[in-house]
Amino acid sequence: MSSFEPGGEAASIVSVTDRVKPVALGMAVSAVHYLGDRAVFVGTEESVAFVDLEGAISKVEAVGGGILSAVSDGARMVIGSDDGKVVAVDGKGEVAVLATDPKRRWIDNVAVHGEGSVAWSVGKTAFVRSPKGEEKSLEVPSTVGGLAFAPKGLRLAIAHYNGATLWFPNMAGTPEFLAWAGSHLAVSFSPDNKFLVTAMHEPALHGWRLADGKHMRMTGYPSRVKSMAWGGGGKFLATSGADMVIMWPFVGKDGPMGKEPAMLAPLQAKVTAVACHPKQDILAAGYEDGTVLMVRMHDGAEILVRRNGTPPIVALAWNANGTWLAFSDENGAAGLLKV
Amino acid sequence: MSDVTSQKVPVTVLTGYLGAGKTTLLNRILSEDHGKKYAVIVNEFGEIGIDNDLIVGADEEVFEMNNGCICCTVRGDLVRIIDGLMRRKGKFDAIIVETTGLADPAPVAQTFFVDEDVQKNARLDAVVTVADAKWLADRLKDAPEAKNQIAFADVIVLNKTDLVSKPELAEVEARIRGINPYAQLHRTERCQVAIADVLERGAFDLDRILEIEPDFLEVDDHDHDHHHHDHDHGHHHHHDHGLKHYHDEDMQSLSLRTDKPLDPTKFMPWLQQLVQTEGPKILRSKGILAFQDDEDRYVFQGVHMMLEGDHQRKWKEGEPRESRVVFIGRELPEAAIREGFERCIVT
Repeated sequence: MSSFEPGGEAASIVSVTDRVKPVALGMAVSAVHYLGDRAVFVGTEESVAFVDLEGAISKVEAVGGGILSAVSDGARMVIGSDDGKVVAVDGKGEVAVLATDPKRRWIDNVAVHGEGSVAWSVGKTAFVRSPKGEEKSLEVPSTVGGLAFAPKGLRLAIAHYNGATLWFPNMAGTPEFLAWAGSHLAVSFSPDNKFLVTAMHEPALHGWRLADGKHMRMTGYPSRVKSMAWGGGGKFLATSGADMVIMWPFVGKDGPMGKEPAMLAPLQAKVTAVACHPKQDILAAGYEDGTVLMVRMHDGAEILVRRNGTPPIVALAWNANGTWLAFSDENGAAGLLKV
Repeated sequence: MSDVTSQKVPVTVLTGYLGAGKTTLLNRILSEDHGKKYAVIVNEFGEIGIDNDLIVGADEEVFEMNNGCICCTVRGDLVRIIDGLMRRKGKFDAIIVETTGLADPAPVAQTFFVDEDVQKNARLDAVVTVADAKWLADRLKDAPEAKNQIAFADVIVLNKTDLVSKPELAEVEARIRGINPYAQLHRTERCQVAIADVLERGAFDLDRILEIEPDFLEVDDHDHDHHHHDHDHGHHHHHDHGLKHYHDEDMQSLSLRTDKPLDPTKFMPWLQQLVQTEGPKILRSKGILAFQDDEDRYVFQGVHMMLEGDHQRKWKEGEPRESRVVFIGRELPEAAIREGFERCIVT
């Protein structure tokens, strides 16, 4: 078991707030991704908003209901909706329906892999569609809490009650079950495919070393972890849930076991979103009071991107080259920063 | 507190044994011309006709919290669904959760006590139990779920009263009262009950733990002492007003009161300890407390081991500073609870 004790003082802060291009999206927002060279903000219902680097907004109606989950591989965004539809939106804003639940049940989770596989879940059933369009499904013991493709896209992790199931949709044989009591929600593979981590309903992460199923319990959070991001080429897992960024080390064969996490950018507000720079050891953190910071991983040096005093930051993402940072609070007061 | 409370979406839990008329009541609520929109969470999604735009299927998935509290179970599906519904904020005014006939209401209620996101967005308004006037008495004997649902209820809709005679109705009401004298009881045919009697009750609002008096006393305008400490187990007897009085074998309510002040340094640890050790047996608890040297009323309520409490308001001039505590539960250790309570009284 690894845990941490919060502590530490904030350093003095350099500000780049005057270089942010503010964008008023005029809709409630739940996430942001990039398609091509545009940031795409995901609304809480129906629409996504493409925003180019000049700040020009173009909205696309993607689904006819509430948007329950949205993921992107950089080329397309896959959305699960409460009207029973799985849709893909491409960089031009073209919407294609990938699947429709015959009973209009909620599409609770979606996952996408860059080589073309798409996964989604309805209740206890996880579905995978291969790049060729073959569809397969697997029922797990309880409602799916989260989905993630392994780095190569051949294996799907399905989080649910009392553990996670690892499934190779293209292979016969029994899926592997990793047990741990409790409700497992978001799930993520480490980029080197050595570890699987879930964010639990309780304020904790749980991890397994995939080689031998060894448990890793990461606790100490005051509230549930809703945002996780691998950084430093997979050396760290940065997480929300505390009033600072909690960054677990995943170097070495034991991952974070027996190690203290790094605790960066402490504020008087909880971290609600984290995003790691794709190339450098820098991360961005959004807070429940509307603050956005950029933080250097090795020494915790901070740069202020957005001031506090608004609703929580719920959307935060770097583009693929790490040249742009996009963010939004839950009411759609968004911003773009060229780094 | 009321300002914050009013912004949260109220959630009504609709429970009742199989065939009692839950779906009838639900459809009545939805079809009434009230100008409100409801999001409805049902179990057998698509199996029964429900006329509503926003309808979600639930799986009644209960899991134990890893917090060392053995009866601390929550409905994980509700956490997920309420989170999902919040994407549609502004599209509905209230949420109605219909449980299966075999469901235990406790995990539903506990979800609203322990989950931070649910607490932020929604508040439990009341547990409404639909009971079948003709068959409830039998179900109380053979179905522990039915008894739980009655014990847990804030509002009981005693339905299908047209299918029973007057004495049978009196009998079933007495059996309900033997378990839960505090719920509001409405006698109905085909669930014809005023919407205001089942929705927006504020039964879990600490500010509205008004007078925790047995409902039938208010209704029948009697002021006798109806507390259950002197009843013969397993028997019933007639009071002079003709109301039969049952004492259920294993489910009962226990009412404590004193007009002397309580010592908060004794009462709070005692209450905590009591729900820790007897939590599995205690379904609901409520209290209005007068602490020594405290100008404010203290109110609390609980579900199994979970308690929430707060100073509510100043005692009014002339208002009797009386403490009242109610427990509803199964095989409550009555003597020990009474003794423990007595020891918290300042002498």
